[in-house]
Amino acid sequence: MEVKHLKKTKIALLGNPNSGKTTLFNALTGLNHKTGNFPGVTVEKKSGIFSHQETEIEIVDLPGIYSLNFQSIDEQIAFDQILFGENGILPDKILIVADATNLKRNLLLITQLIDLQTEVVLCLNMIDQVEKINRIRAPHKLEEILGIPVIPTDARSGFGLDRLKDALTIQHPISPKRFYSPDPEVMAIADEVRKTLNLHSPYAGFLISANLNRLTSAVDLPKEVRTACEAQEWNRIQAIETVDRYAKIASILREFTLKPRELSQNVSRKLDQILTHPISGLAIMLVVLFLIFQSIFSLASMPMDLIEGFFNTSNEWFKNRLPKNMVTDLLIDGVWAGLGGVIVFIPQIALLFGFVALLEESGYMARVSFITDRIMQKFGLNGKSVVPLVGGFACAVPAIMSTRTISNQRERLITLFILPLMSCSARLPVYTLLIALAVPDQLIGGVISLQGLVMLALYCLGFFTGLIVAFVMKRFVPEDGQSFFMLEMPVYRAPQWKNVAITVWEKSSSFVSGAGKVIITVSVVLWILASFGPGESFSKLNEAYEQSIVQYPDQTDVHNKLASARLEHSYAGKIGKAIEPFIQPLGYDWKIGISLITSFAAREVFVGTMATIYSLGSGEFEEKELKEVLKQEKRPDGSPLYSIATVLSLLVFYAFALQCMSTLATTWKETGSLFWTLMQFVAFTALAYGSAWLVYVAFS
Amino acid sequence: MQLSDLHAGDVAVILSLGSSALSVKLMEMGCLPGEKVEVRYKAPMGGPIAVNVFGYVLGLRKEEASLVQVEKCL
Repeated sequence: MEVKHLKKTKIALLGNPNSGKTTLFNALTGLNHKTGNFPGVTVEKKSGIFSHQETEIEIVDLPGIYSLNFQSIDEQIAFDQILFGENGILPDKILIVADATNLKRNLLLITQLIDLQTEVVLCLNMIDQVEKINRIRAPHKLEEILGIPVIPTDARSGFGLDRLKDALTIQHPISPKRFYSPDPEVMAIADEVRKTLNLHSPYAGFLISANLNRLTSAVDLPKEVRTACEAQEWNRIQAIETVDRYAKIASILREFTLKPRELSQNVSRKLDQILTHPISGLAIMLVVLFLIFQSIFSLASMPMDLIEGFFNTSNEWFKNRLPKNMVTDLLIDGVWAGLGGVIVFIPQIALLFGFVALLEESGYMARVSFITDRIMQKFGLNGKSVVPLVGGFACAVPAIMSTRTISNQRERLITLFILPLMSCSARLPVYTLLIALAVPDQLIGGVISLQGLVMLALYCLGFFTGLIVAFVMKRFVPEDGQSFFMLEMPVYRAPQWKNVAITVWEKSSSFVSGAGKVIITVSVVLWILASFGPGESFSKLNEAYEQSIVQYPDQTDVHNKLASARLEHSYAGKIGKAIEPFIQPLGYDWKIGISLITSFAAREVFVGTMATIYSLGSGEFEEKELKEVLKQEKRPDGSPLYSIATVLSLLVFYAFALQCMSTLATTWKETGSLFWTLMQFVAFTALAYGSAWLVYVAFS
Repeated sequence: MQLSDLHAGDVAVILSLGSSALSVKLMEMGCLPGEKVEVRYKAPMGGPIAVNVFGYVLGLRKEEASLVQVEKCL
């Protein structure tokens, strides 16, 4: 068979935010995506591949920008990719998407790219939103004025995509047009920079000179060039450039018109009167946030139960059919169960990202950021921290992943750092059991449940502590660039379901392949700790347990007692006993110690481990029964172990401690920094330990 | 007066901007001398303001808005 050799071309996709860039990217590449990070930073890099007319086209989606001059990290990435390329290789072409309804502002970036003398293709998107009469003439006229191919498209319906693909496979001449040239003195400096760095256009030299003081990539310039460059007032020069360019753009736009249809703008204006109103806007936002929380919290529980059920059943199924040995146990109880522990997060991830995508797509996310910016800024957070914080009350894992929408790296770090302090749904079974133990089931004033009140207090404790931690961090984490808020409030649009679906798919699969590996590894380690032990005592107990199941299948009491003894003699049990001196000041014994260790797999495991240790079995047990057993438990001196002091101390410990390997794995993946992952773990463990100790001392 | 001094519904013309990095950014986003701005709505508790400028709605903090010198249209 003849192997066809495809011609390969690499294209950088650029454009203003809200120009339909994502929709275009998805329409061109479908599900053929690779997601990763840009080198050295944790800004998401998406690239996709498609073939057209014997050419393999790779498109790299760059962050949305308004100008090549940069302030934020996102903007700097676009700058680096366009001027320096990836590993020194520049893209073959730049595809720029422009919103046809606001061509004026989009033309700033377009003219900058043409001045760079690279191959540029302009995609005039949302052409359906301009009046019919302009749709045919305008692209031709623009081609003539700009000297580059201009393809009108509507990425939502797919209009114009074939013509665009054609244009991407052909090589086009570099446009001879120039739209800006600096004054001679500046020009001389820019030219020195161009020569030293061997750049292909004078404007590239100008851009690097103008942004030199913010540039983090190493640029090797002779000292005198650098000094001459730094002596210039670049802000003033850039202001002149901007005014100059917009004057040219105004004269271009006098030659033809591209009038947006008024309808969508008027609808948006009316909607904003309600949605950004000081009272109704705030109320609607709270309702939206509550609905998001409610659905991640409860809507996700059904598929999660199904997933857990499936893994439990299949576990049994495998065990009955595979030979009984250690390898089988490792594969089923370690790896397979670990995989279940990863998959179980998908419903929550899918729901949260479905909502995030919906909010972004519709244009409402910009309003949420707008309304909450002030209050969030006080705590070193961002308007876009709101949705992750709400999501954190359901589960920190998807919430940490969703902080990627925050483009300021410092605000993003603070947000994801405090997220584990929001009481997630896995803490609920722990809270319920412990509260039932210590807090009497009575009503205050005949209406308010005392137990409910304690529960509410725990949620508030986590949330407000999170704000305090954020406030403290704001002072210590260095700023990256200047903090500013200039955000386009886009016209409201019906969301694109395809974009939502693609986001959900990408986030779920990147979680499984990224943090999932760490979670499975740790869960195997935890399983080994609980199922193996040192010395003869463990192996004897293990043998006795297995024999008892075969010989006396009905004697569950015996099984449970042996299972408890086995756990006590396992490595986990040994560690639990070893840490007893450290947790004694908090009022805990070694049995709680074991549960603290095993619940690192997931907080709710605490309840199951307690049941095993107290010989109630590991599968089905009555929570009431467990409660009664725990109430009877005495210290050596005869006083009850689960006194109010112990229980409150445990509650506070669980509210603060980062008892969750999945969260840590996600933080590691999302920050790419072992330092911050360890910081998060150490800080919250210390906070939990200190507060639990204080509570124990205060109440005993 | 400054853009941050305006009330919702006010219309003004931009006179000048400073010469900081942020004013360059504002200009790149269409806040140019001579452009008309209309304050559309404001966030609660002294939060950002949203202005209609250059054919779209831009949200910006008061600190940024105070860089923009304007003359109110009557």
